[in-house]
Parts: sequence; structure tokens; C-alpha cells
Amino acid sequence: MLSKYFENFESGVMPIIVMVMFLLVFIGIVIWAVKADKKYIKKMSNMPLDSNKENKNNGNNYGD
Amino acid sequence: MALQNDSANVPKTRVLQNDVKLEVINYDNKIVKYFSWATIFWGVIGMLVGLTVATQFFWPALNLNLPYTSFGRIRPLHTNAVIFAFVGNAIFMGVYYSLQRLCKARMFNDTLSMLNFWGWQLIIVLAAITLPLGYTTSKEYAELEWPIDILITVVWVIFGINMLGTIIKRREQHMYVAIWFYISTWVTVAVLHIVNSIEIPVTLMKSYPVYAGVQDALVQWWYGHNAVAFFLTTPYLGLMYYFLPKAANRPVYSYRLSIIHFWSLIFIYIWAGPHHLLYTSLPDWAQSLGTVFSIMLIAPSWGGMINGLLTLRGAWDKVKEDPVLKFFVVAVTAYGMATFEGPMLSLKNVNAMLHYTDWIPSHVHVGALGWNGFLTFAVLYWIIPRIFRTELYSKKLANVHFWIGTLGIVFYVLGLYWASLTQALMWKQFTPLGVLQYPNFLETVIEITPMYISRTIGGGMYFTGVLIMIYNIYKTTKQGSFLADEPAEVPAVVPSHNGEKGHRWIESRPIQFTIVATVAILIGGIIEMVPTFLIKSNIPTIASVQPYTPLELHGRDIYIREGCVGCHSQMVRPFRSETERYGEYSKAGEFVYDHPFLWGSKRTGPDLHRVGKKYSDSWHYYHMEDPTSMSPGSIMPPYPWLVNDKMDPNDVVAKISAMRSIGVPYAKDYEQQAITDFTRQADEIAKGLQQAGIAVTSDKEIIALIAYMQRLGTDIKVTNAE
Repeated sequence: MLSKYFENFESGVMPIIVMVMFLLVFIGIVIWAVKADKKYIKKMSNMPLDSNKENKNNGNNYGD
Repeated sequence: MALQNDSANVPKTRVLQNDVKLEVINYDNKIVKYFSWATIFWGVIGMLVGLTVATQFFWPALNLNLPYTSFGRIRPLHTNAVIFAFVGNAIFMGVYYSLQRLCKARMFNDTLSMLNFWGWQLIIVLAAITLPLGYTTSKEYAELEWPIDILITVVWVIFGINMLGTIIKRREQHMYVAIWFYISTWVTVAVLHIVNSIEIPVTLMKSYPVYAGVQDALVQWWYGHNAVAFFLTTPYLGLMYYFLPKAANRPVYSYRLSIIHFWSLIFIYIWAGPHHLLYTSLPDWAQSLGTVFSIMLIAPSWGGMINGLLTLRGAWDKVKEDPVLKFFVVAVTAYGMATFEGPMLSLKNVNAMLHYTDWIPSHVHVGALGWNGFLTFAVLYWIIPRIFRTELYSKKLANVHFWIGTLGIVFYVLGLYWASLTQALMWKQFTPLGVLQYPNFLETVIEITPMYISRTIGGGMYFTGVLIMIYNIYKTTKQGSFLADEPAEVPAVVPSHNGEKGHRWIESRPIQFTIVATVAILIGGIIEMVPTFLIKSNIPTIASVQPYTPLELHGRDIYIREGCVGCHSQMVRPFRSETERYGEYSKAGEFVYDHPFLWGSKRTGPDLHRVGKKYSDSWHYYHMEDPTSMSPGSIMPPYPWLVNDKMDPNDVVAKISAMRSIGVPYAKDYEQQAITDFTRQADEIAKGLQQAGIAVTSDKEIIALIAYMQRLGTDIKVTNAE
């Protein structure tokens, strides 16, 4: 199926460039995500819960 | 430190021991409350209209013989109300609540918040008035006419300024993943809406898109598919990433996965639009591109689903207790189901069978009822007790809502799956002699009537659940007291983020982030559209295909006004089962003057592309006046007003000029000739009808519609005859 689309696609180089570009960006993001600092990841993933704490401190969070 | 609620709007500061200066700000809960009420109100309206159109399938009398309540006009009212009014307001509700807390900042500007709210409600009211009146562009999920399109743009820009302004003034170093989804939503919806709405106004409430035929189809489904992606999916993923951890009181399963989820999802989604046009006249390469990217889409979609569900690891005991989590679980599961089903439907062999059947509305409703509906209910059940500083009035009632809603989805979806398979098999069934076993289309419709009833029962159950929720929320608000300005202690200064690299760099820079996200979503659209527009061989022209006559053009606009495209496709696919039933398959070159294209997505009635000259003028007359007179048992609504209402040929001149300006080759100064041609052709048709014993004058709308119907698909028949 892929080869058919490459054959028929009038400007043949473009989709290859885009595919390669996408793959490179994708691999880059995966590498970055895997290598990212553990502390940083922990801090980020706890971000929604931080405001929980504040609200509790404020005594405004009912029904948890 | 105890904070007083009446400290609203007066920032207080204090300094911690380590010199971190803190100040007190107030989150705006009033705007959240407004959007919550709007979500519930429009949800009820949208679902009620949905129940009405669902009932019309097996009880056509509910069309009430009125133009304003006929299926073709109120179906887009249902889809628009549910998507843009119910889900739209829910998006704003969730974004306005979570963004302030994730940014540790009040919304950028309260006036902009209110303009966003009232502007959006105005758009919805205008839609609710104009769609039943027949003002529509006929392009799915983009039906609203050009003045409303402009208003949508203005309100969306207001929302964007308010959102980005809040993000810029945040007191948090980095942007949490939910905010990335909000930003990409805003950017992409803006791009989609503008590109798909480029149209030439003819009158105050009528326009033609600049694109025609194949190109219009490609732009429309690039828009349509990505409206699903970036209006119904990405903002809701943002809500999932915020509210699910909140409700479960544990962080998201994998933040690393969410980074990969986000970028691959927004990059891949934008390419998948052509899967709505498989086996149509769209060039093959574009169809294949749509299929490939649709299959790839499973990966990021399921990455997101898994991330959502695994957030509940070790908390499943809570799910048993907490209705909010129950709604989340079904919502995320429905997301997983819909995003598996979508790629499967994008396989050409599956699509060949199930496209145009009831599988399509069923698939859509797994997403709408399951993913969007249930996630909205979860967020409502979570937010309302908090902003009203109380507990939910009744967990028991919320559980009843959950179960009745879930069962409703099952009845809805299974009913239509069954209907779809039954009808698809009947459409394609040949006898041993090689002729269609069910040549009468109506036979295949009557067969699935019980499934249409099942669908409506399912919808009714779901709606009952919503009514229970409304009661529960009402009682909750009565026992609580609303906190309009919620105080919170935040750092007085934004921490510095210099010296960061890679993704962390971009996560702390909203403007640069927006630019990169825009580039990611533009690539797919450009690669698919530019060649279709520029390379001539993609749409081979056919010499015998001519522009519509003025009367046919007028008839086509009546066809658009009545929403015929909601039930009738105009696209015969190259299958024997279709060419036997309808005639020669459709060619790209036949649609070059179709502004807009009217290929359709669903065949509740038969395809009409080759209907021209198939029946007599008088057959069409009687059939439009009362479909059951020509097709006993037909569920098509009657259109008695077409027989009585007079045409207004005054717009013809403006229509011809508008069409020429977008490339339809009417001769220079043809406008002067157009009205004469209009009247002459109308007189001829009226004369023929009178000879058949029908008392009709040539100034009635039915005459123009007949002219258009008789022209459909005949241009290449002329060539064959010659």
C-alpha cells in the first residue's frame, strides 16, 4: 500500500522528507522523555495535585 | 494560615523563611459556574433534538410536515448543539477551572472571560435559529453561514487571548501537559475554521465555498475529522490529564508517556481526514495517505488511554466507591474503543462495507456519549461540589445515572451495529443469477427499523440519566454556598527558567510552544492539500461537464437548504453492487462546478448521483409532496411547502456572479441572460407537469428542485449517448 502511494504521489520526494522528519522528531521526543530528569518528571506529574494541598490548607476543599 | 473568603481581589503577601515571597490571589469560579450551567442546559437541548431525529427514523410523522422540524434541518441542529454547545461549553468549563490552578493565576481578564461566555452563547442561539430556518452551508459540523463564522472567529480569538494571557502571567515555571493540549486545541481549531470557511457571500445568509468538488471534499474532511480530533479529543485529553489525577488523588501514570502521546497525536491526527473519502473520486494517493496515518493513530490514542486507565492503578477500590471515577473509567474506555474502531473503519476493505451505513453514527456516538458525555459528567460531579463548598447531594443517584447512562450507550451502539451489518450485507447481496437480491433500497431500510427503535430507547435512557444528574446537582447547589472568588496562596514571582534545554525549554515558553505546535499541525494539511489543488492530473476534466443552469443552481440551493445531504450521498463508488444499483461510478471531473460538494456520509436513502432522468418530473413532484405516494413505507419526510412556496429568482444574478468569481465559467455578462433562462426552463418543466395532470405554476420551488434532480449525474450520460 505504501509503495503505491509513493509511486502515485506526484511530488515524490516530499512525503519521504516528511516521514523522515516525523521519525526524527518522534525519536528525539522519545529519547528526551526517557532521559528526562526523574525529579523534574515527578514534579510535573504532581502539578495538578499540588493545588489540592493548597485548597486543603485553605479549608475550601470539601468532599474529597 | 486561615484565609477569609471575603479577601477577594485584595492580594495579601507573606514571606517564607527561605525568602520565597507568597501572595494571595483569587481563582474565578463564577465563570466556571456559568459554563457549567450552559453545558447542562445545551446538553439537554442537544439531546432532546437528538431524540427527536432518532424517533423520526421509525415515526416520520414527527417531522410534523413543517420545514423547521424536518429531519434534514434539525439533524445539523443536533450535531451542532451537542458538539459546539454541550461539549464546547464543557471545554470552557474545564479549561477555565484547571488552567487557573495549573498556572497559579486568575484568568488573564475577567471581561474577556465574560465576552467568551456570552459570545459563545450568542453563536449557539444564532445556530439554533438559523439552522431550522434552512440557512446552512451543508458542510458537516461547519453548517453555520458566513456572518456566524466571523463571530466564531472573534470569540475564539478572545478565548485565545484570555488563555495565553493567563499562561504568560502564570506563577508556575513549567506548563503541565493539560495546557499543551489546550494550546494545540486553540491553534488547530483556529486554522481549521478559517481554512474551511473561506467562502464567497452571495446574500446576508448565503455563501458558496471557494473550493469545489474533490478539493472541497478534501478540505471539508480535513476540517471535519480534525474537528473531532481537536474539539472533541485534544481538549478532553487535557481535561483527563488534569481531572483524573485529581479525582483519583494520584499523579498521572506516566508523565513521560504523556509527552510522547501529545506530540505524536497532534502530528498524526491532522493527516487522517481522507479516510472519510475512501473509494470516492479523491485521488488514490490521498486516500492511501489517510489510511496509513489513521492506522498509525492507534498508537498515540491508545498510549493516552493506557496512561489514563493506569493512573487508577492501586486505586480500583476507589472506583467502586466513587461515581466520578466510574464515569472516568467508562469515558476513557470509550475513547479507547472509538480510537480502535476509527482506524479499523479506515481500512479500505472494512470501509467498503460499512461506510454510508449506521456504523458511522454508532461510531460517533461511542465517542460522543461515552468519551465526551461521560467525561463531562465526571467533571461536573467533581467541580460543582467544590465550587459550592459542599459534598455531592447523592452518590446513589450519581450511580443510578452512571448505570442507566452506560446501558443507554450499549442499547444505542449495539442497535446500530446490528442495523449497519444487516443493511450493508443486503446492499451487496446478489442472487445466483447475478442480479441484486434487494434492488429496492427501501426494503433494506424497513428491515432495520427495530434497530432504530433500540437506538432511540438507548438515547432515551441516556437522557433520563442526565435528568437525574440535573436533580442531583440542583440539590447539591442548594445545600452548599457558592464561592465566587476562591483564595489561593501562590509565589509572588515567577521562578526563573533560564539555562534550560530541549523539551523543558519549550515547556516553559508558551509562545514558542504555540508556534511549534502550529508547525506540527500544518505539515499534514499542506502536504495533502497543495498537490490536490495544484496538480491538474489529480482531477481529470470531462469536456461534457457544464456549469448548472440558473434554475438548477437554485434547485441545488434548495437541496442544500433542506439538508438532503444528511440522508443521500452523491457518490457512486466503483463496486459492482453500487454500479448495478445506481449506475456508472462517480468521476472526479464531474464535480468541478460543485460549490459545495454534496457527496454525503450516510445513506438513509439511496445515492442520488445518477438519479437524473431516472424518474419522470411528475414522479419527483408527487414524491416530494408525499414520499409514501411513490414509495409506500418510505421514511423520508414530506416536503409540502416546496409545492406551495414561490421561488425568488432575484438572487440568481448574485449567484451567477459569485460562482464566476470562484471559477465557474459562466460567459461574461451572462447575468442579464440568466433570469430569462431561469424562467424559460421553469416554464418548460411546469408545462410538462401540467400535461401530466398536475396543477402547478412555474414559480414554485419544486420546479427548481426537479430541474436540479433531473440534471444530477447526466453530464457523462450525454457523452455516452453521443
